[in-house]
Amino acid sequence: MRVRVLVRPKEGILDPVGQAVERALPALGFEGVANVHVGRLIELEVEDASRVPEMCERLLANPLIEDYEVVGA
Amino acid sequence: MRFGVVRFPGSCDEVDALFACRRFGEAELLWHKDRDLRGVDAVVIPGGFSYGDYLRCGAIARFSPVMEAVTELAGDGGPVLGICNGFQVLCEAGLLPGALLPNVSLRFVCRQVEVVVENPDTPFTRACARGDRLSVPVKHTTGRYHGPGLAAEQVVLRYAPGHNPNGSQDDIAGVRNPAGNVMGLMPHPEHAVDPLTGSVDGGRLFESLAMVPV
Amino acid sequence: MSAPAAAAHRELGLTDTEYDGIRERLGREPNALELAVFSLMWSEHCAYKHSKKLLRELPTDGPHLLMGPGENAGVVDVGDGLAVAFKVESHNHPSAVEPFQGAATGVGGILRDVFAVGARPIAVLDSLRFGELESPRSRFLFDWAVKGIGHYGNSIGVPTVGGEVMFEAPYERNCLVNAMCVGIAPRERLIRSAAAGLGNLVVLLGARTGRDGIGGASVLASAELSAGDASKRPSVQIGDPFEESKLVECCLELLERDMLASLQDLGAAGLSSSSSEMASKGDVGIDLDVSRVPLREADMEPFEIMISESQERMLCVVEPERLDPVLDVCERWDVRATPIGAVTDTRRLRVFDGDEPVGDMPVEALVDDCPLYDLQPERPRRPIYPDPPRRLAEGAGAAETLLALLSSPNVASKRFAFEQYDSIVGSRTVRRPQVADAAVLLLEHGGGGAIAVSIDGNGRRVACDPYTGAAEAVLECARNLTCVGAEPLGLTNCLNFGNPEKPHVAWQLTRAVAGLRDACLALGVPVVGGNVSLYNEGVEGAIYPTPIVGMVGRLPDPGAAPSIAFAEEGHAIALVGPFAPSLEGSELEKLRGRLADSLPEVDLAAQAAALARLREAVRSGALATAHDVSEGGMACALAECCVAGGLGARIELGRASAADAERLFGEGPGGVVIAGPPEAVEQVAGARVIGAVGGAALELAGALSVPVAELRDAYEGAIPAAFAAGA
Repeated sequence: MRVRVLVRPKEGILDPVGQAVERALPALGFEGVANVHVGRLIELEVEDASRVPEMCERLLANPLIEDYEVVGA
Repeated sequence: MRFGVVRFPGSCDEVDALFACRRFGEAELLWHKDRDLRGVDAVVIPGGFSYGDYLRCGAIARFSPVMEAVTELAGDGGPVLGICNGFQVLCEAGLLPGALLPNVSLRFVCRQVEVVVENPDTPFTRACARGDRLSVPVKHTTGRYHGPGLAAEQVVLRYAPGHNPNGSQDDIAGVRNPAGNVMGLMPHPEHAVDPLTGSVDGGRLFESLAMVPV
Repeated sequence: MSAPAAAAHRELGLTDTEYDGIRERLGREPNALELAVFSLMWSEHCAYKHSKKLLRELPTDGPHLLMGPGENAGVVDVGDGLAVAFKVESHNHPSAVEPFQGAATGVGGILRDVFAVGARPIAVLDSLRFGELESPRSRFLFDWAVKGIGHYGNSIGVPTVGGEVMFEAPYERNCLVNAMCVGIAPRERLIRSAAAGLGNLVVLLGARTGRDGIGGASVLASAELSAGDASKRPSVQIGDPFEESKLVECCLELLERDMLASLQDLGAAGLSSSSSEMASKGDVGIDLDVSRVPLREADMEPFEIMISESQERMLCVVEPERLDPVLDVCERWDVRATPIGAVTDTRRLRVFDGDEPVGDMPVEALVDDCPLYDLQPERPRRPIYPDPPRRLAEGAGAAETLLALLSSPNVASKRFAFEQYDSIVGSRTVRRPQVADAAVLLLEHGGGGAIAVSIDGNGRRVACDPYTGAAEAVLECARNLTCVGAEPLGLTNCLNFGNPEKPHVAWQLTRAVAGLRDACLALGVPVVGGNVSLYNEGVEGAIYPTPIVGMVGRLPDPGAAPSIAFAEEGHAIALVGPFAPSLEGSELEKLRGRLADSLPEVDLAAQAAALARLREAVRSGALATAHDVSEGGMACALAECCVAGGLGARIELGRASAADAERLFGEGPGGVVIAGPPEAVEQVAGARVIGAVGGAALELAGALSVPVAELRDAYEGAIPAAFAAGA
């Protein structure tokens, strides 16, 4: 099955990439945007989706500084 | 002292590290696919973009065969020095606490900075005195150290006031593991060993390692 | 394969006459694949239709020359069995569309040209031009081009050791990104690109082939950019420095072990150009089977495979019995290697899709027999470029003028850019960016000789006077090398101009080449290779004519190389000439809102002689400081020396009005500021002592006194301030 993993910086970790995007949007005319965070999307086809969290813990994310969310397709 | 300098696909400063090590002892390159450390006494993991920095810096390198042997050496108390990308690899491998995050400026920064020796009681800084200032270059995009709960004595080097190039927590430039035999730092001591190309302060780290009984 | 619709050739950038020429040389109608291949091979970018005849005027021979124009890179002998390869190339149009990848792939491409001749790349330099920094678009292009250059160079582990950036309104819609690479090789490892050996295999190395840059060469580089740029986005090539780092090591090992008959990189027009150029140089034919090319996208047509500009690919020729060992080396480096064809004696490029023939073209028609055009130069009767806006208040005093010049982006520190480049990887860099007037690199670790490299140009001065401006660019580059004690061995150039079919551009091009030629002859420096980028204009008009010059020189003792910094209180400061400053074409003239239509004549022989004398003085090791006078004139040069050293200076300018703007801020070739122990400085031939290092301010007696801290704020703060203001 097709699985998507969303990885984002942990809450509380300074996210200058997110901040840069947040600052750039008003300059393009988009107001009312806050709390922007930038992360990564990893897509996989797996036979056993129950193993995906372990993949996240061990490789796909760095649990010290990132949160991950597994989204079934 | 025999140094082993690991080379991954995408390593950039392995030859520079090799030259620096050779000024203070013998040194050879260790290919990432080899599990055999060939009896070296100390391992240096150099700077660069191992595996293209894919996924996260150092995330893939830490699974290479050579890293199994390095982990074993570290477990046995052997000295392991991670420089820049090497620091990132050691953090990903769990051999050092913490992680390296993108520079606050979001830009690559190549600049000569000064670091202060906080802990001279390590195999890497024995040739230094506490408070010594070393002039060394940094060159990285992802060097902001994040190490919650790091013990004070684990901080080996700190950027001198005004010299922090990346927003590192508490101006931390280099740390050691609890056992004291593994160190990682973002600055490049291997680029500070030749008066023709820069300062020679970086040589003190290799000099210290060369003093480790083998 | 069916013949394409009648007007297709015009869509591809070919004129009706050119199309007839193709039919004539083929003896029939070209099919779609053949038309696509011809359209690229006969594009301005690949064929140099409007410049080839003119380029023949340039001197290409010299005592140290090993490989000249026509090979992938120029190569000079630097002694001790070593050779240095170098070249500069433009990637202007792609960078205007997508600056990060455009600049990155520009670096990737020039790196490949250098290791294609067997040299290990050891340095990159870049010359950039953008519109004024008040323009958000120009800030965006500058920001991302620098990121792109840094991304590629830093990742592949080749230091970016120098460069220049200038900001002028005429570059607003047409930015320039010129990338130069320098490489080093033992002489025995050098290889030429001529395919040879009937029956030898043609092997494709590196990345898989996708749709990158399809139509790129003819669509972008041979036509003026119009309002519809966005539709060209799919043509942009994407670079992968990680892939290229493997390719470099693999190719250098293959060459080290003498396993290849020839090597060529794939650049503009991809497989079409590399295979036909290799065949042309070797006077042979090549058969290619596109079904064997490893693809990134499954459904690519044969013509797409032939013209794809996917990056990080090389073509080599291998004797059949050597194929397996070659494949072994490639596998060890994790480099894809696929035999895709063979060398024949047909002198034709024949393309097959499996067994099916899909294209058959004479090599000569593709490469050597492309129509060349004569320029129709005509000196413009009216000014072509508008006066720049006035930026300096009427009646501004000397101090205010100096600070305005130091904070003018053309003069100001480019630290914002060069700190984003790794300038030290490889442990060869003896002089880093902004430390000396040229980069200095060790030839061998552990001592021995060194080389110096610089890249220079000033489009605005060339706009004032194409002949003199171009000659000055050559002199400036040589002067920068002289300031570190290097003797120029060869020159590479990139000619960035507008539409050559317009008579005034043709005039600029013709006069500029004449200026380059005469300066090279006067200096005794051959042109070893280079690049031409034309059609850099839009509806708003053309760029300033911008010949960019890159030079490599040798110096025996890198430790003796001065820097631009004043080093010690009490050092004597002198000005070396001949230097006849004037305000025409100067940065001050620009700030005053004017653009001259001529430049004072230059005595090339006198300039060449002065450089040789100064070089000897520098080599003696007696001078601590050497800095050439360029943008902003003498006062700015002195200020830069103060800022670099953190020391002031007290200067006497003589009886004539010290506040004379021409004397303080005038520009022109030949001026060098030197400093060192008084006994040493006084002995330098042609040097006039003007003062001494000391104090905490730059004092030009009777004219100005500005604290070094204020000079630094203006010089270092200008470009970061331009970005902060716009953020």
